[in-house]
Amino acid sequence: MSFQQVIYPSLAFILLAPVVGLVFSGYDRVLSSRMQGRQGPPFLQPLYDIVKLFNKEATVVNRVQTAMVIAFLIFSVFTGCIFFVGSDLLLVFFALTLAEVFLMLAACSTNSPYSSMGSQRELLSIMAYEPMTLLTAIGFYMISGSFNVSEIINRDVPAIVELPGMFAGFVFILIIKFRKSPFDLSTSHHAHQEMVKGVTQDISGNVLGIMELAELYETVLMMAIVALFFITKNPFSYVWAVLACFIVYFILILIDNVFPRVKWEKMLLVTWGVTFALGGANLLILDMIKIAEGW
Amino acid sequence: MVPGLLFLIFFPFLMAVLTYYTKDERKRTALVIGGSIVIMAVDIIFVAGCYKQGTSDFPLTFVYRAHLADFFIMLCEVFLVGVVSYLSVKYKKYYCILLSLIGTVPVLVLDISKMISGSVPESEHILIDNITLIMCVIIGVVGGIICIYATGYLHDYHEHHTDVENRAPYFQALLFVFIGAMFGLVTSDNLSWIFFFWEITSVTSFLLIGYPRSEESVTNSFRALWMNLLGGCGFTFTILFCWYMYESENLSELLELGADMPGIIIPVVLLSFAALTKSAQMPFSRWLLGAMVAPTPSSALLHSATMVKAGVYLLIRLSPLMDGNLSGIMITTIGGFTFFASSLLAISVSDGKKVLAYSTISNLGLITACAGVGHTEAVWAAVMLLIFHAVSKSLMFLAVGAVENSTGSRDIEDMHGLIIKLPKLAFVMIVGICGMFLAPFGMLVAKWAALKAYLDSNNILLVVFLVFGSATTLFYWGKWLGKLFAYMHQSERLRGNVHKSEWGAIYPLTGLVIALCVLFPVVGRCLIQPELAYMFGEEIGAVINADDIRIMFMMLMMIAILPVMTWILSRRNREKMTMAYMAGVNAGDDRHYIDSFGGVRPLYLSNWYMDYFFGEGKILKPSLFIAAVFLVSIMILSIGGAL
Repeated sequence: MSFQQVIYPSLAFILLAPVVGLVFSGYDRVLSSRMQGRQGPPFLQPLYDIVKLFNKEATVVNRVQTAMVIAFLIFSVFTGCIFFVGSDLLLVFFALTLAEVFLMLAACSTNSPYSSMGSQRELLSIMAYEPMTLLTAIGFYMISGSFNVSEIINRDVPAIVELPGMFAGFVFILIIKFRKSPFDLSTSHHAHQEMVKGVTQDISGNVLGIMELAELYETVLMMAIVALFFITKNPFSYVWAVLACFIVYFILILIDNVFPRVKWEKMLLVTWGVTFALGGANLLILDMIKIAEGW
Repeated sequence: MVPGLLFLIFFPFLMAVLTYYTKDERKRTALVIGGSIVIMAVDIIFVAGCYKQGTSDFPLTFVYRAHLADFFIMLCEVFLVGVVSYLSVKYKKYYCILLSLIGTVPVLVLDISKMISGSVPESEHILIDNITLIMCVIIGVVGGIICIYATGYLHDYHEHHTDVENRAPYFQALLFVFIGAMFGLVTSDNLSWIFFFWEITSVTSFLLIGYPRSEESVTNSFRALWMNLLGGCGFTFTILFCWYMYESENLSELLELGADMPGIIIPVVLLSFAALTKSAQMPFSRWLLGAMVAPTPSSALLHSATMVKAGVYLLIRLSPLMDGNLSGIMITTIGGFTFFASSLLAISVSDGKKVLAYSTISNLGLITACAGVGHTEAVWAAVMLLIFHAVSKSLMFLAVGAVENSTGSRDIEDMHGLIIKLPKLAFVMIVGICGMFLAPFGMLVAKWAALKAYLDSNNILLVVFLVFGSATTLFYWGKWLGKLFAYMHQSERLRGNVHKSEWGAIYPLTGLVIALCVLFPVVGRCLIQPELAYMFGEEIGAVINADDIRIMFMMLMMIAILPVMTWILSRRNREKMTMAYMAGVNAGDDRHYIDSFGGVRPLYLSNWYMDYFFGEGKILKPSLFIAAVFLVSIMILSIGGAL
């Protein structure tokens, strides 16, 4: 991999991802309010929010917390860069876990009841969705013979044709990943509840801004993985991919507005069940096909 | 090379005798530290010498007409049976005598009949290749470090546990006996010899678990003993089978027969069975949990870094014979299942050593599964896991032991805010924990390779076990890490009474963990790949490609410079400090709150253990049952099918 192949996609991701993330975020705000039959904030509200946060002074509980949130941002960005330079998809998920662990540690370090509970729930959420993310990467490997994103997109048929189960499972775990109801256990955008703001409870001001920015990067990365199911050699496929991303995001918002939050036991069992049923079955079928071709 | 090897095997035994008879603590400490340093030094020189001489003409073998040694070993075996019988009678556990006799008598009879008839074949009793060398480094270096650690640890241990009789010389002597036996085990090629050293490790483990002499420790030690002796019986029958069927008495000859030899599956299954007991795989996992009653140095040395590795070491040796037959299915399934089930079990326990024990069983399961796949890449991952696990797990044990001696508790809940209370030990633990599960560090690299290997061998069941198992692994390590990071205001640094000898052990090990994270590609290229080339007769390239390694290095660098970056970023940012949010009922600090009656109450933040969901009461028995049924049926199927 040459220097330019690394530096241009990374720079593009670093600069453009917040913009794309804000588009999704604004879309979320507008759609949610329409679904709830209210006027709601303007499309640009997420941008106003984040700008305002960055202009605010942070009130922190300790310094470790700030360090961890900054690490969360750095590794979220880094994870995205690994993906967009076309590198190993498994490594992307491993790096993403590392970033999430930093967020969890930021919450743990505050020694506060709400953050602490949020951090345990956050860990539990990671435990719930991680098998599916790994299976998704494995699915791509099975059909393209490589974990590298650059080779996965270089195919004739879109991956969704062979990986419908993986796709459905991945969309399912995005509910957890984007902290949408019914699985918004660790923190939520609505603060009137038993754990207040959970994992982000003691993060404020510009430090919270950093955290929100990191989440924008993560949103873009996740949507890019959704797009990966549709992208082929054909440049036209990118249009389909973008369309698919917006449809998936719409479904997530719809689910968010329809279902009430569930308890963690249910989340874990349902998610693992879905992972096993959709991801596992898809994997098994791919494997059978592979063996049959070998004969 | 031979003198070096003899030194490595016999010197620890000599040290054991000397240590046992040096009753003055100060002199003994000096003796143990000196002896350990000598062992480490000779070990490194020996390994370097072998490596320099070998590489191209590995394996190095040594021809021995070893009548004298054979005779000596027979005497020692009788002695071991004597020790076991004496203690079994003393504690009324007669079944252990039976198992010990079943294991030893047939081998003795065979050896004697061979001697009388004069039909002892001349063959190489000793075989040295890269895996041996890797094991030697682990045994020598980690073993030496832990012996040094034990000197300071035992002193404090007996100050805290006044109810335990102080038998420190005995304990330290046993550690040396064990090190000598392990050197013998990994360098021997003759099955009777391996079996002999195997039994020594079983018995030393049994004696060390029984060290506190409490009721619990006696029960647990006998559990460990009968399980390991049962495994030893598998070994015995292998020796008999190989001699009468193939007239061979060496492991390497067994491997040369190849997987197509009729009946070869029988010794493979029997040896794997022995390996499963030693590595505490699922139906036998309970002995390793029980072994945690023993003082920490023995947990670190025997029950995480070396003895339990003897089982997987044997499996790695056997792995070329396991490709695509029932024994392979048995080993991979048991290993994968153990990996997943014990990582689930680790979630519900809060005793630090128990979490480490479950995690050890779980990681051994992963190594077992890799060995059973029988492909080059999987074995690469197995050896890599073995190295990383030995180093970082023993570091974790030593750190937990030091924390226990400083705070009086080894419960993870009591490690809340350790980063302030004992910052140095907390740092060491953070290194250890990150090494166990996080991205750019050791274990994860090996897990990654394992995943690829499972996929390439179309082993879907293992893939599923692996993905779910890594998620649960993440949970129990993550919450432990979180506990350490809790930053409590107004808490003070404890005066940790950690001995110099303990630091002298912990720091080098920490350095080793970090060094391995950086150097693993070198280890892979120089040690593991040549070995695989000779084991499987095919050259393999890098298992993890250069681009990915580069990315991981970048991640390592970023973590290393993280403190600096944070300092730069937050230097001008004078944040307002505040207390943790408690819905406005803080009672002046972040550790107390005002309850609904207006009284001040202390705050207690607990991790989630979810005992009613993942508890031992719920999961342990069913998993043991499933594993036992599976193991027995596959053994019957494969042995019956071959007969």
